Amino acid sequence: MPGQRVFLHSRTLPVRMVAPSLKLQDLIEEIRGAKTQAQEREVIQKECAHIRASFRDGDPVHRHRQLAKLLYVHMLGYPAHFGQMECLKLIASSRFTDKRVGYLGAMLLLDERHDAHLLITNSIKNDLSQGIQPVQGLALCTLSTMGSAEMCRDLAPEVEKLLLQPSPYVRKKAILTAVHMIRKVPELSSVFLPPCVHLLHERHHGILLGTITLITELCERSPAALKHFRKVVPQLVQILRTLVTTGYSTEHSISGVSDPFLQVQILRLLRILGRNHEESSETMNDLLAQVATNTDTSRNAGNAVLFETVLTIMDIHSAAGLRVLAVNILGRFLLNSDRNIRYVALTSLLRLVQSDHSAVQRHRPTVVDCLQETDASLSRRALELSLALVNSSNVRAMMQELQAFLESCPPDLRADCASGILLAAERFAPTKRWHIDTILHVLTTAGTHVRDDAVANLTQLIGGAQELHAYSVRRLYNALAEDISQQPLVQVAAWCIGEYGDLLLEGNCEEIEPLQVDEEEVLALLEKVLQSHMSLPATRGYALTALMKLSTRLQGDNNRIRQVVSIYRSCLDVELQQRAVEYDTLFRKYDHMRAAILEKMPLVERDGPQADEEAKQSKEAAQLSEAAPAPTESQASQLLDLLDLLDRASGDAQHPPPLDPSPGGALVYLLDLPCAPPPPAPIPDLKVFEREGVQLNLSFIRPPENPALLLITITATNSSEGDVTNFICQAAVPKSLQLQLQAPSGNTVPARGGLPITQLFRILNPNKVSFRSSPKARPRDSRSHGC
Amino acid sequence: MVNKQGQTRLSKYYEHVDINKRTLLETEVIKSCLSRSNEQCSFIEYKDFKLIYRQYAALFIVVGVNDTENEMAIYEFIHNFVEVLDEYFSRVVSLMIMFNLDKVHIILDEMVLNGCIVETNRARILAPLLILDKMSES
Repeated sequence: MPGQRVFLHSRTLPVRMVAPSLKLQDLIEEIRGAKTQAQEREVIQKECAHIRASFRDGDPVHRHRQLAKLLYVHMLGYPAHFGQMECLKLIASSRFTDKRVGYLGAMLLLDERHDAHLLITNSIKNDLSQGIQPVQGLALCTLSTMGSAEMCRDLAPEVEKLLLQPSPYVRKKAILTAVHMIRKVPELSSVFLPPCVHLLHERHHGILLGTITLITELCERSPAALKHFRKVVPQLVQILRTLVTTGYSTEHSISGVSDPFLQVQILRLLRILGRNHEESSETMNDLLAQVATNTDTSRNAGNAVLFETVLTIMDIHSAAGLRVLAVNILGRFLLNSDRNIRYVALTSLLRLVQSDHSAVQRHRPTVVDCLQETDASLSRRALELSLALVNSSNVRAMMQELQAFLESCPPDLRADCASGILLAAERFAPTKRWHIDTILHVLTTAGTHVRDDAVANLTQLIGGAQELHAYSVRRLYNALAEDISQQPLVQVAAWCIGEYGDLLLEGNCEEIEPLQVDEEEVLALLEKVLQSHMSLPATRGYALTALMKLSTRLQGDNNRIRQVVSIYRSCLDVELQQRAVEYDTLFRKYDHMRAAILEKMPLVERDGPQADEEAKQSKEAAQLSEAAPAPTESQASQLLDLLDLLDRASGDAQHPPPLDPSPGGALVYLLDLPCAPPPPAPIPDLKVFEREGVQLNLSFIRPPENPALLLITITATNSSEGDVTNFICQAAVPKSLQLQLQAPSGNTVPARGGLPITQLFRILNPNKVSFRSSPKARPRDSRSHGC
Repeated sequence: MVNKQGQTRLSKYYEHVDINKRTLLETEVIKSCLSRSNEQCSFIEYKDFKLIYRQYAALFIVVGVNDTENEMAIYEFIHNFVEVLDEYFSRVVSLMIMFNLDKVHIILDEMVLNGCIVETNRARILAPLLILDKMSES
C-alpha cells in the first residue's frame, strides 16, 4: 500500500521526517525555534518538500493537516501554489474538517487569475444546495471572497434561494455574497434588487446589516436603483429610531450604544439616499437631530455614530439649524482628549470650511489651539484649517498665532506655513506697513523655505509704497546686519539699500528709532555679503549692483566702491564678472551717464496672475467693443461703395438714396464670407448694379466639398433699347484671397432682355478670412448711355 | 496582526495583492505603525488607503480601508474582534493566536465577509465554532 511504502522509506531519513506528518502546531513551534531567517527558510523548505511528497502520494487522511501547514507557510510569504489542487480535493471531501481547510485554502490560494478556480464551482454548487448550514456558510464565504464573474453567474440562482431561507446564519452570509456578485457582474442587480425591501423587515441585526450593505451597493451603482430605494427612507428612519431609543440591550450593545455598526451603516445609506433630494432629506432631519443629541459621547462607539451623523448632515439638504449643530459637534470633538476624535474633527472641518464658513469661524480659537499638537498629521490639518479661516477681520490676530507657530513648527510644515502666511498677508493686509513687517518676519524666521517669487513680490511691494521707503530700508538694514545667511532676506535687503541708501543715511525716520549709520558701515556690510561663502551667486549679483547704485547715492568719494568693482572684474562667476566689467567701464568712460543710469527704478509692472487676468479681461472687452462699432461703420462705407457707381469725373451728383439699414445691412453681410465653420447658408442672389436698363446680378454658389471656394456668377442683362458693347467686368480681391476669372460669354449685352452675358468668378478663401467685397461696377461702354 | 518584531501573525486580504507585493506591503505598514509614538493618533494615511491600528500589548492589529469608511467605527470593530477572541480563548495572548491560527481565521470569517462586517454579536459569532469543537472532540 502506498502509505506503508512511504513509511518504510522514511525510516532511513533523518529523525524529523519519520513522523507521518507534523501537526500544524509543531511546525509553528519549529519555525519559532529558528534563530535566523536562513534557518527558518531551511525548516520551511524541508517541510514544503515533505508536504509536496504527501500531496503526490495522495494521502486523504492527513491532507487537511498538510494544507493547513502550507497555508501557514504561505502567510509567511513563501510560495504555495502547489497546494491549489489539494484545495479542490479537500472541498470535495465529505468531512467537515477537510472542507473547512479546503475552503480556507481556496480563499487564500486561488483567485481569478488561475484557471483552477473554476473547478470548484461545482463543489460550491453542491454545497450550497445540499450542504448543512455550516458548510453553506463556508461555501458562501469563499465564494464572496474569490468568486470570479463566471462563477458568480453560475451560482447566482443558488445564492438567491438561500436569501429566502429561514435560517439567519446562512441568510446574512448570502446577502453579502450577493454584494460581491453585483460587484463582479452588475447585471445581477436585477436579480438581487427585489428581495431587498422585504429583507428590511427582518429583525435580525446580521440580516439588516447585510441588507443595508446590499442596498448601498445597488444605489451606488445605478441611479434607477437609487430612485427605487428612496421609498424605504421612512423605514430606515424607523429602524434607526428604534435603535437609538431602545435602552440597554444586551445583544448588540457596545459601550452603551446599541449596535453602533448597524447605526453607522444606516446613516451612510441615508446619506446616499438624501443627497440632492429635498423630500428624503426632510424626512431624515428630525431623526438626525435626535441621534446627534441623544448619543452618548463618552466612549468611542458613540463618537463613531456621531461622526457618521455629522457627515450625513453635511451631505444632504439639511435645515440650517441642523448644519450649525453638526459644526458645533465637530467643534466639541476638537476639545476632546482623544486624539483620534480630534483628527476626524479637523479633517471634516477642513471639508466644510468652504461651504459653511461662518459656522466654522466660531471655532477658530480651538482650531488655533490645535496648532500646538504633537502629532504631525494633526498639526498639519490644523494649519490648513487655520489658513482657510483667515479673513479681513481676524487677520492680525491670526497672523500673530501663525507666525508664532512658524517659529516652532517641524521642518516639513515650514514651507507650507510660510507660503500660507504670505498668501494670506497678500489677500488681507490691512496696511502696507503691516504687510511689509509680516513678510520681513517670515523671511527672517523661515527664509530658506519661502517660494522663489517672494523676493520679487516684496521688492515690488516696497517699491510701490513710497512713504515706507525709509522705514523699510532701515528695518532691512538692521535685519541684514544681524544675519546674512537667509538668502531671500539678503537679496531684498541688498536691493533696498541700493535703491534707498540715501534715506538710510539720513538718520531720521518717524516710525522707527533713529539710527546712526555711516557710509563705511553700509559699504562694509555689502562687501561682507559679497564675500560670504553663504551667499548664492544671485545674491552676490544683488549686492554688487547695490554697491554700484550707492556710488550715486552717497556723498563720499567712490574709491572704495571702485576698488570692489574692479576686484570682481576677474571673478570666476561669469555673471558677476560681466556686471563688474560693465560697472567698471561705467566709472571710467561713462561717468557722466552714471547718475542717470543708476537712478531710482520705476515701479515694476506687476507680473502676477491677477495682472494677466485683468489684462485678458480688458482685452476681451476692448475686442467686443471694437467689433460692435466696426460693422456699422463698414456698413456705412459699404453702402457708399456699392452706390458709388461713377467716378468723380462724371460730375453727376450722386446722392446715395437713403437705403434703410436692414436691406442695406443685408447687402453688406451677404457678401461677408464667415470664417467660422457654420453650415454654408445659401447666399441669395444680389443685384449690384442697375442703371438705365443694364442690370448686373451676382449669384453665389458654394460647393459643399470645398467650403473655402465661392463661385460667383455675374449675369449682365440689358432691358434697354440699345446694346451695351465692350462690357468688361473686373474684380480685385485682397491678397489673402485667390481670384480666378473665367472668360465671359461675350462682351456685348444685347438689348431688350436678350441673352445675358455671364461670367464666372472663382474666389478661393483658403485661410477662411472674413472679407467684405465691395464691387465697384464701372461700366464703360461706347454707347451713348452717358456713363 | 503583527508583533513588535515585525512578524505577521495573521493576514487577510479582501482585494487581490500579489504574494511578493504582500511582504513588502506588510513591512511598510508595520514600519509606519511601529514608528508612531503614544501621542499620535491611530489613523495613518498610506498611499490611497487609510490604516487604522490598535496596539494590544506586543501585538498590533492593523486594518486597511478605503476612503469611504468611518475610521472610528473600524477602530471600534478592532476592539470588538479582540473581545471575541478573548472570550473564545479565555484571556487571549498572542501565542494562542499563533498556535490556533485556523480558529482565528474562522472567527474572522464569521465577522467579516469580503470586506463587509456581517456579525458583531459575540454569541452568534462563536456559536458555530463551539459546535465545530464539539464535533471534532467526539
